[in-house]
Amino acid sequence: MSGWQQHLIIAPIVIPLIAGAFLLFFDERQRVVKAMISVVSTLALAAIAINLFRLANGSGDTFDGVYLLGNWPAPFGIVLVVDRLSALMLVLAAILAIPALVYALARWHAAGAHFHSLFQFLLMGLNGAFLTGDLFNLFVFFEVMLAASYGLLMHGSGPMRVKAGLQYIAVNLAAALCFLIGVSAIYGSAGTLNMADLALRIGEIEGERRMLLEAGAAILGVVFLIKAGMWPLNFWLPGAYSAAVAPVAGIFAIMSKVGIYVILRLSLLVFGQGESAGLGLNVLLYGGMATIAFGTIGVLASQALGRLASYSVLVSSGTLLAVLGLSNGEVTAGALFYMVSSTLTIGAFFMLIELVERGQDAGASVLAVTMEAYGDADEEEQEVEIGVTMPGTIAVLGTCFAACGILLSGLPPLSGFVAKFAMLTGMIGMGASADQPVPASVWWIVGLLILSGLAALISMTRAGIRTFWASMEGTVPRVLVMEMAPVMLLIALTLTLTIKAGPAMRYMEETVRNLQQPGTYINAVVNARRAGVAEASGPDGEGGI
Amino acid sequence: MELVLAIGIGIMTGSGVWLILRPRTYQVIIGLSLLSYAVNLFIFGVGGVKSNAAPLLGEGVDVSTLTDPVPQALVLTAIVIGFATTALFLVVLLAARGLTGTDHVDGREQPK
Repeated sequence: MSGWQQHLIIAPIVIPLIAGAFLLFFDERQRVVKAMISVVSTLALAAIAINLFRLANGSGDTFDGVYLLGNWPAPFGIVLVVDRLSALMLVLAAILAIPALVYALARWHAAGAHFHSLFQFLLMGLNGAFLTGDLFNLFVFFEVMLAASYGLLMHGSGPMRVKAGLQYIAVNLAAALCFLIGVSAIYGSAGTLNMADLALRIGEIEGERRMLLEAGAAILGVVFLIKAGMWPLNFWLPGAYSAAVAPVAGIFAIMSKVGIYVILRLSLLVFGQGESAGLGLNVLLYGGMATIAFGTIGVLASQALGRLASYSVLVSSGTLLAVLGLSNGEVTAGALFYMVSSTLTIGAFFMLIELVERGQDAGASVLAVTMEAYGDADEEEQEVEIGVTMPGTIAVLGTCFAACGILLSGLPPLSGFVAKFAMLTGMIGMGASADQPVPASVWWIVGLLILSGLAALISMTRAGIRTFWASMEGTVPRVLVMEMAPVMLLIALTLTLTIKAGPAMRYMEETVRNLQQPGTYINAVVNARRAGVAEASGPDGEGGI
Repeated sequence: MELVLAIGIGIMTGSGVWLILRPRTYQVIIGLSLLSYAVNLFIFGVGGVKSNAAPLLGEGVDVSTLTDPVPQALVLTAIVIGFATTALFLVVLLAARGLTGTDHVDGREQPK
């Protein structure tokens, strides 16, 4: 195997870990240095993620995508695996992280301690969860991600955030305990925690042990559904996401997708074939539909923009869950496209909201209080100089808002439309390929999808009129270019995604084809070649967790 | 021994679930702690309960006399993570008490 490329696989975990730890050595007053380190680390992460993405897509012989930590052979040691799906998630996380970080640099990173360290640890947890090849490490990386997210959620402090944080932590701690129960039940019945090894052994497990295994998997599934926000496990989500500061809420947009990633991975790898095939697909299907309905009602009922965005997260999760519950290749490829598009959209929308609301109400006063508590006077003076009201600020904000509305409701010409179109075509085409009438549940999903788009459109239009037209005589929000640029970048990315929809869809279809043939993944992990003893000096510090 | 272990896990889980459904933050944290003890014992139990057996493989040792080392490693990790997150929760609990002036999980007392 070609040495350095192989070691790239662990870089998305090691880089943020080192950067986050290194940042702790600097005092909070050395803000510029901290920001520099954080930006460099995140950019490096993006470069590596894109490189891994290209390697995974090329699938050359030199790159098998499996990294054995500490050079232990596969089912015994810890493995990291890069395939098309995990590479896609890595790139998505990194691409969302850059705008969120730049946005935070404008002012929010100064609103509390250790923003950058927590941000890096969050990225480490996310990347680890996407890369890991065994269930227990998934738990560890989940906890790393969650621990960082607790801190980030309460960044900026204030009673609202601490209250939301308290409930968020309680829910997630309970979920973590369920995670452990599920993992240990699976270990107790299958005797392995390695996903590939589990997929191999699942055929041999019978009788009571299979029941235990399925129960364990179901408990594990509940945890991921809590994370993804499936109704009725999602009442924590709107409160938590709308309380977080804008850049944090932006990066949280991908956190709810981690649950969906794991469900997709496990359901196709472990429960794709054999006796336990399709375990829990109905739960995904009907739960997802209920989530879309719940999210849609929430979107219509929301007064504050923050809550509107949070309920949009739920609609997006519900759509993905319901569509994955259909377990149809073509539809799943559309769902992956939808996931990328909606994550970028919601990330942009959360950041935009804060800018839009700045000219209006309490958001600004909260900020002022936190700046008073933590920020120093110098910076505020500086800000007055830089933060001259941009000519046509309202025009730019309004355009971005309209773009978000179009993306959320899935209207042409942006990528939200392409994504929904891909899913709907797949679903309506389900009957044609199988020579059977399309099942009623599919028509329900089609209806819910279209209705949720309509609700998003109504809600966004109403909010847009109230914000931009009805209050023109109010103060124009003071917006820095540095805050506007990330939002525009994310919207530009969705535009690119629209233009490049053909290649992107081909990649998604290829990804789904890989997932539907778990043999390749299993073989790659089980037969992973160990590096020669002489070159076994990789960064294996992770082995001792 | 299995029975005692199972009853112990059951009682702790039951108490823990009851406590995390209570309205006071302190009750919630104690409930979470109890649940995490129960889960740790559960992890320990899935490897098969054996007394007086070593988890280390040596020369010429019969494998059937050994206890499974993996759950022990898992439980150690779970204890560390559980401890850390509980400590974090405790800090947030105190912050919430300070900011809202009440120890109710909703941050305000229920109207009587």
